[in-house]
This record gives sequence, C-alpha cells and structure tokens, in this order.
Amino acid sequence: MKKEDSKPTLEARRGFLAKLAGAATCAGAAVGAAALGGIPTVSAKTEAPPDGASFPTKDYDWTKHQWGFGVDATKCIGCLRCVEACKTENDVPRNAHQFRTWVERYVHIEGEEEVHIDSQQDPVNINASGSEKEFRFANRYKDAKVDKAFFVPKLCNHCTHPNCVQVCPTGATYRTKDGVVLIDKTYCIGCRYCVQACPYGARYLDEERGVADKCTWCYHRITKGLQPACVEVCPVGARVFGDQKDKQSPISLFIRNNRVQVLRPDTGNAPNVFYVGIDKEVI
Amino acid sequence: MESIINFAPYTGWVYPNETVFEWSVLIAVYPYLTGLVAGAFTVSSLYQVFGFERLKPVAHMALLTSLSFMIFVPTPLLLHLGHPERAFNSTITPHLTSAMAMFGFFASFYVALLILEGWFAYRPFIVQQAQKRTDLLGRFYRLLTLGSYDVSEHAMRYDRKWIFALAVIGIPAAHGLHGYVGFMYGSLKSREWWSSDLMPVIFLFSAIISGVSLLAVLYVVSCKLRKIPVDLACLKGLAYTIWAFIMVALVLEGLEFANIVYKGREGVDMIMQYVTGPLLIPYFILQFAVGAITPFLWLSYMIWRGTTGRALVIGVTVCACLVLFSVFMMRWNVVIGGQEISKTGKGLLSYHLPLFGKEGALVAILLTVAPLGLLYVLTRLFPPWADAATHAHS
Repeated sequence: MKKEDSKPTLEARRGFLAKLAGAATCAGAAVGAAALGGIPTVSAKTEAPPDGASFPTKDYDWTKHQWGFGVDATKCIGCLRCVEACKTENDVPRNAHQFRTWVERYVHIEGEEEVHIDSQQDPVNINASGSEKEFRFANRYKDAKVDKAFFVPKLCNHCTHPNCVQVCPTGATYRTKDGVVLIDKTYCIGCRYCVQACPYGARYLDEERGVADKCTWCYHRITKGLQPACVEVCPVGARVFGDQKDKQSPISLFIRNNRVQVLRPDTGNAPNVFYVGIDKEVI
Repeated sequence: MESIINFAPYTGWVYPNETVFEWSVLIAVYPYLTGLVAGAFTVSSLYQVFGFERLKPVAHMALLTSLSFMIFVPTPLLLHLGHPERAFNSTITPHLTSAMAMFGFFASFYVALLILEGWFAYRPFIVQQAQKRTDLLGRFYRLLTLGSYDVSEHAMRYDRKWIFALAVIGIPAAHGLHGYVGFMYGSLKSREWWSSDLMPVIFLFSAIISGVSLLAVLYVVSCKLRKIPVDLACLKGLAYTIWAFIMVALVLEGLEFANIVYKGREGVDMIMQYVTGPLLIPYFILQFAVGAITPFLWLSYMIWRGTTGRALVIGVTVCACLVLFSVFMMRWNVVIGGQEISKTGKGLLSYHLPLFGKEGALVAILLTVAPLGLLYVLTRLFPPWADAATHAHS
C-alpha cells in the first residue's frame, strides 16, 4: 500500500508544527512569568498564610512572635540531658548518628597545638555509655594536663536566610513567620539536598520515614507557650529561648546583656542561635 | 530493631549527622549519565549544525545514544529518593529558588526535543518501512509516520530546516542541562570541595569528552559487530574532538584545584591531607594520570605521527575507554569526595560502597549499562548506519 504524497499533507504538518511551536512559546512564557512572580506558583507549602492568620493552632498567631535561641557555653557541663530529652520528645532515631541537637567538647592539652574535639557520638564516648542509645562523655582526658576545656551545645540555627530552604526543590522545608525553619514531612521527597546544603550539619535523613529531619525548636511546644525540651531540662541554664519581639524575654535579655556571636557568619545565613563563650575553633 | 543506617568511619572531628553518607554512588552515576547525553549530542550537533561531514557515520547514532541515556537519567535519582512516589512534587510545585527544582522541566524539554529531532531525522526511513512492511512492526512504523508520508524533495528540505533548528536549540539545551548539574554542586557553600564557580564548566567539558568517547567506542564496536570497515576519517574526527576538549577539561580542572590551594581558605589543610592521602589514587592517578593525561598524550602522538589503520582504531578506542573511566572517576571524586571531607574542615570520612542493595555497586553498574540495552533495541528499530537507506537527510 502506498500513500500518495500530497502538498496538503505537508501544509497540514507545517500548520501542526507551527501550532506546536506556538504552544511551546506560550508554555515558556508562562514558566518565565511564574519565575518572575507574575503568576502565583501552586506551591502553597512555601507560602505563609496572610498576615494575621493564626497557625498552627486557633489561639496562636505566628505573626506576633519572633523566636530566638541562646547558648551560654560557659555554663554547659556536658551532661547531655538536652540530647536525651530531644531524642525522647521528638522521636529522634535512637542511634549515635542522627541528632537534632548535640554537644561538642573542646579540649586544649598542654604542649599540643591542635584542639581535641569530640561529641557524644564519638566511639570512645559510646563505649563509655555502653549503648548507642545512651549518651555520656567519657573521662578520656583524666590523665592529660588540660589547659582549657569547654562544651558547646549545637542545634539547627533557624537561619534568617537558610540554605536548606533555598535548595529544597519542593518547598517542603520552609521558614515560618515566627522565625522557625520547619519540614513538611508529608511533602518532602527525601532528596537530601538540604542535608548537603546545611553548613552546620544540623540535618539528617530519617531513614524510616524517608524524609529529612532536624530541630524544630520543639514547635509543638513553643506554640503552646512551653519551652523547647532541651531548654526545659538543662540544669544550668546554658540554653535560653524566647520571643525576640518581647523585649523582656530571656532571649532578648540574653542578646542585650551579652556580646553574642553566631556560627559561620560568612555564609550569609544569618543564624538565630546566639552564642556566648565560644572559642575561635568553634564553627 | 536492627539498625538500617550504614555509618561511615571517620578521623578527626566531623559533625555527628555527617557520619551517614547521604549521597551515594547513584548520585555519581546521575551526572555521569547526563554527561554522556550532552557529549553524544555534541557529536550530533557538530554534524547537523557545524557541518562536520566526516562525523556523518555516527550522527544518527549520536542522537539515539543521547536519547537512550537520557531516558535513564532520572532512574538513579528515583532510586535514591526517600519518597520516589513524591518525585513529581518538585515539578508540580517547583520551589523556584532551588537549583534542583527545574530538573524535571529541563529534562522533559530535552527528551521531547530529542524525540522530535529523531523523528525528523528518521522520517524517510519510517515512511519507507511503513509502506514496505505489512507485519506488526509495519503498523508501528505507520503509527510513527503520524499520517505524513510526504518524502518529496520539498518536504525533505522542510524537514532539514527543522532538524537544523532543533539541533541548534539542542546545543544550549543539552549543555545547559549538564552545566546545571554542575551548578547544583558548585552553588553549595557548605562544602569547599564543591563550592566553585568553575564547577558547571568543568562538568560540561568533562561531559563532552565522555559523550564523544562513548560514541567512538560504540562506533568501533558496531563496525566490528556488523563486520564492516571502520571509517577512519570519522574516527579521526572523533579523536580530534576528544583531544581538543580534553585539553580544556584538563586546564579547567587544574585551575579549579589551583584555586582551592592558592586561596587557602579555612579547611584547606584537611583538603590537602585528603588529596595527598585517600584521594591520591582515585584523583591524581586514576582520574588525571591514567584517564586524562595518558589519552591526551597518546592522541597527541597519533595526530602528530598521522597514525592510521588498525593502530588508529585501537589507539582511539583505548583512549576513549580511558576517558570514559576518567570522567566516571571525576563524578565519583566530586560527589563522594565532597562528602568525605567533613563540613567542619577538621575531619575526613570514608565511604564504603556496598555491592548489593538499592544503592550498591551492582545497581550502579546496571543503571550505567542499561541505556546500552535500550540503544541496542533502538538501533534495531531505527538503524543509524550511514550505509543503510536511512539517510535521506544528509
């Protein structure tokens, strides 16, 4: 069977292709306009509700708060109750490789140039605790002549310009109006770009749920007027939390009464965890 | 419950959460595949757009190779996702500040372009088969004609215009797609090893040499399988292309490394300890010495001496295989290497590649080789050989 070629076929094809090209141009223009913000994107996940709307509960208005966190490293005794409390409160996997918060130990030994740094996940410390589910700092420097030593609690910095939010391809991770970086676990695809992008190592993949996870400053607690679990259990007041909009809140006083610093300011992330008493090695 | 985490041993000081390697070998396979796509398309464009007539014997194969590999590009990503069923979230609701969000659009656009260009390029063949065959395959070709049986000179001229236009658009599309992959790494400021403005261009040039090398190997193998002589002019054309681009790739990688060392920012000590320790063999020996400098010198020698015949065929094929290996090592050294240097700049981790499992070596090899299986099927359906009656468009 041989079909006769005819000019109309060619013209029809040409017409079809012209339409196709037209459609492609329109689609391109639409994408371009969306990119410029001309068309609202479908992603409601990244968009905060309009000002004044309450979230996440009826009696909580996230436009009325601006949360902040303070760490006084001079007070921390490395008891790790904060780590325990966080694991329990937030259902963080019970292993030595995934933490929403952790404590670092910095030890300068006399005659040595390099500082010794470890955290509760260090195999020596795990041996001391006897389990990957319990944490303590081993007394590993008891025979050394220690010049200077201190602990530094770490957690998500809830940055004002967070890399993790920038790189999330779906908008599943977002910054709330009250200054907390959260993850929508029903929307996260588990690509781990955010884990790579965070310069502070604050994120991990929750393997069981297949989604990224990190500290939320116990958002479920703070929106009910409670303190984050780690702050609640700290026996020495090394962790401070509060509303920066309230000038008499613990965090406002902490920032006002101390010379505070943030971690890795050069990244431009503008962290919202403020430190007192950390040394030059701490990053 | 048994722990499902494979944690990495480390030395020095690393953040606790870093002890799990989040991007596995599959994330090294992904840029490798996109690189082969971009490189293969380069060959097709050199012929279709820039008139490199001597590349005619591989021009159609370049298109098919590009398409075969492109179809497999998303697979390592999907296998790696914590929730692959949500993969389209990034396409339905793209978060526009993310370098990753546009991937779905770029990739789909490029696949569509490849299919369209392939259709135009093969139209005379499709029409011929549709008219000749009466079996089931004939029905398949008839469907592919999309109702157009016009292969007159007038129609062919019109088709050629489209092929040219698509090939022109395809150049920025293919290279944009791959440069964009480089940007995904280069734009991250969390890792000194990745954070570089040169990263997209480095990815691009290594992509080109890998794709051209793949075609050189495929062309020689196909000639051997079909028991026809290798067109030496064509092979030489491919060799020149590899030679020219490998030079640029080497210079760029050298500059990149020199920049890191010369700037000597925080953490550079750890990087130096890393490249002169665990990375010495994969980076300096395998990627550079064996995979890039050896083929570069060998190709230079062959060009200088005017080597021809069997020596040329063997030389170019071996060089091309070395380049393919080198580029894979480059992807490995970027993706895995980047994660082996701790974000603290004070510690090193070591990745152990499991053989089995979703993100193991076997799956990685399978995904790298699978496109060749698809390519085989495509070459049966759409013979890309210049000697067959497939080239009304020449």
